[in-house]
Amino acid sequence: MSTETNPTRGITGDGAAQADRVANRRVRRILFGCAAITVLTTLAIFFVLIDNAVSYFYGLRFTEALLGASLEKSVTLTEFFTGTRWAPDHATPGHGILPIVFGTLSITVGAAFVSIPIGTATAIYLSEYASEGVRSKLKPTLEILAGIPTIVYGYFAIAFINPVVLSPIAETLFGIHLGRYSMLSGMLVVGIMTIPMVSSISEDAMSSVPDELRNGAYALGATKYDVSTRIVLPASISGVLASYILAVSRALGETMAVTLAAGFNAQITANPFDEIMTMTAYMVSMARGTSAVGTIEYQSLFAVGLVLFVMTLVMNLLNDRLKRRFQEEYR
Amino acid sequence: MMARDPDDRNPASKPRETEETDTTMATAQLEDELITTEVETGSTERAGRPDETVVATTGLTVHYGDDQALWDVDIEIPVHKVTAIIGPSGCGKSTFLRSINRMNDQIDGCRIGGELHFHGKNVYDEDVDPVALRRKIGMVFQKPNPFPKSIYDNVAYGLRVQGKDDEVDLDAAVEDALRGAALWDEVKDKLDESGLELSGGQQQRLCIARTIATDPEVLLMDEPTSALDPVAASKIEDLIDELVEEYTVVIVTHNMQQAARISDKTAVFLNGGELVEFDRTATIFENPADDRVEDYITGKFG
Repeated sequence: MSTETNPTRGITGDGAAQADRVANRRVRRILFGCAAITVLTTLAIFFVLIDNAVSYFYGLRFTEALLGASLEKSVTLTEFFTGTRWAPDHATPGHGILPIVFGTLSITVGAAFVSIPIGTATAIYLSEYASEGVRSKLKPTLEILAGIPTIVYGYFAIAFINPVVLSPIAETLFGIHLGRYSMLSGMLVVGIMTIPMVSSISEDAMSSVPDELRNGAYALGATKYDVSTRIVLPASISGVLASYILAVSRALGETMAVTLAAGFNAQITANPFDEIMTMTAYMVSMARGTSAVGTIEYQSLFAVGLVLFVMTLVMNLLNDRLKRRFQEEYR
Repeated sequence: MMARDPDDRNPASKPRETEETDTTMATAQLEDELITTEVETGSTERAGRPDETVVATTGLTVHYGDDQALWDVDIEIPVHKVTAIIGPSGCGKSTFLRSINRMNDQIDGCRIGGELHFHGKNVYDEDVDPVALRRKIGMVFQKPNPFPKSIYDNVAYGLRVQGKDDEVDLDAAVEDALRGAALWDEVKDKLDESGLELSGGQQQRLCIARTIATDPEVLLMDEPTSALDPVAASKIEDLIDELVEEYTVVIVTHNMQQAARISDKTAVFLNGGELVEFDRTATIFENPADDRVEDYITGKFG
């Protein structure tokens, strides 16, 4: 049967070619289905966030409103965005998101002060200074750093950074007794976590700067430092800035490490040794807490989630714009 | 990390060069008369001056890892003249040029033997700073490589990294350099535009301006016209003729007519890194001492 020769086989729609076409169509559908899943998931997440956030502010969901339930005000937008006390599950609840927005932003900014300089310097070292031998050891090490689960970083903060590094400093220099958590500990640990993102992406950008530019500068009597700072860094600036934004986005959304490092006390404070609470830390504590589904404190989760979602979205858009702008400038 | 392409040792990686050599071979018959006339009109005036050596090598060897790229090169390059380095692909021309300003230092696994004297000082001595050396010996590359900066900043770059931007009037220095590279009139109204906006020939003259802005003594040129069209190339040749009044020019070229037209002395590298003959350009092209040079010049191989 199978050894039978048929000269027109494959070009006249006999059984085999027909089967091929059907198989081809099926593969196409499966692939499309996989691609569609990600889009649908994004839409679903967005819908769930909005639907629940709406119920936080208006007492009922879209879906309930469609069924004809009446509106019942709960938290006003004014209180939510301008209030300075965040305690939705307290006996006398406070619904001002500012303290935890402050927590998230301060951790993000503090982490950026750690990751951007160290990450950039590491990238310059790897791309311009390091010998092949050093590079081949340092790069994988950095990638391991990026692969450590964030909960481990959290324990690193709680078991080492805070008690061993920061506590003596706070005690001796400022006379402050450090608790289990501190804002500074969160900044440091998130900063350390995001160094590999900055260094690895920046290094890729710097390595792709053509050697002709380096040679041109060396031939003019430039030192390695001149070449790094005045040629390589400007020529790779779009990639370098993209790495900063990625690191900042990561810091914004970082959860486990920062929860364990910075704590659960929602407050606006200028003292880096104080315990604070980030938006993600609040969500963790709420999600594993005892609040019943559907209560206002439970719904607050989604309002906070929505705000965080918008913040990271803004970072992503910023990233896109920066990329486009600098791509024009540097080829 | 640096300088991934160690040299033009591998002809297969540079198809364009091979092509050029083929053309040279094909037109070899025409060359004899072209060359003789050009040489006489080109450089008799300068050729009369006595030679004073600025760069001299004794037993210079270069290895890339296990490969030897230069074999015992002895040469004396005269000041204020154009010295052309010619030879087939992979003969070590560029390697030799880059060893003069120690650009080979950038290449991993590159080892230099022998001595290379600049004004009598061996530049490979322990106490020589390659950065300082390169401030005396400028270099123009095969592919125009302006920085992704404005025309002004391109020219000012050398002065800035050398810390001379406080001592000199930067605007005047930039103008002088651009005039010196015959580019001023074309760019004087757009100094703020990116150097990448210029045409290939203009970019190459920008690179020359950038190099002479810091006032080096020697200009090394590594096939500076091979990436350019004939009109742009002839502008660069005219420019070299003017530059040699102030600078010593060492130029690597694949184009033998170009060597004949613009140079006072010519060095022929053959056999994968051997300096076979070095003499007055007229002698090399009319009456070479070595048969292999004769064969190369007349296009019998190469």
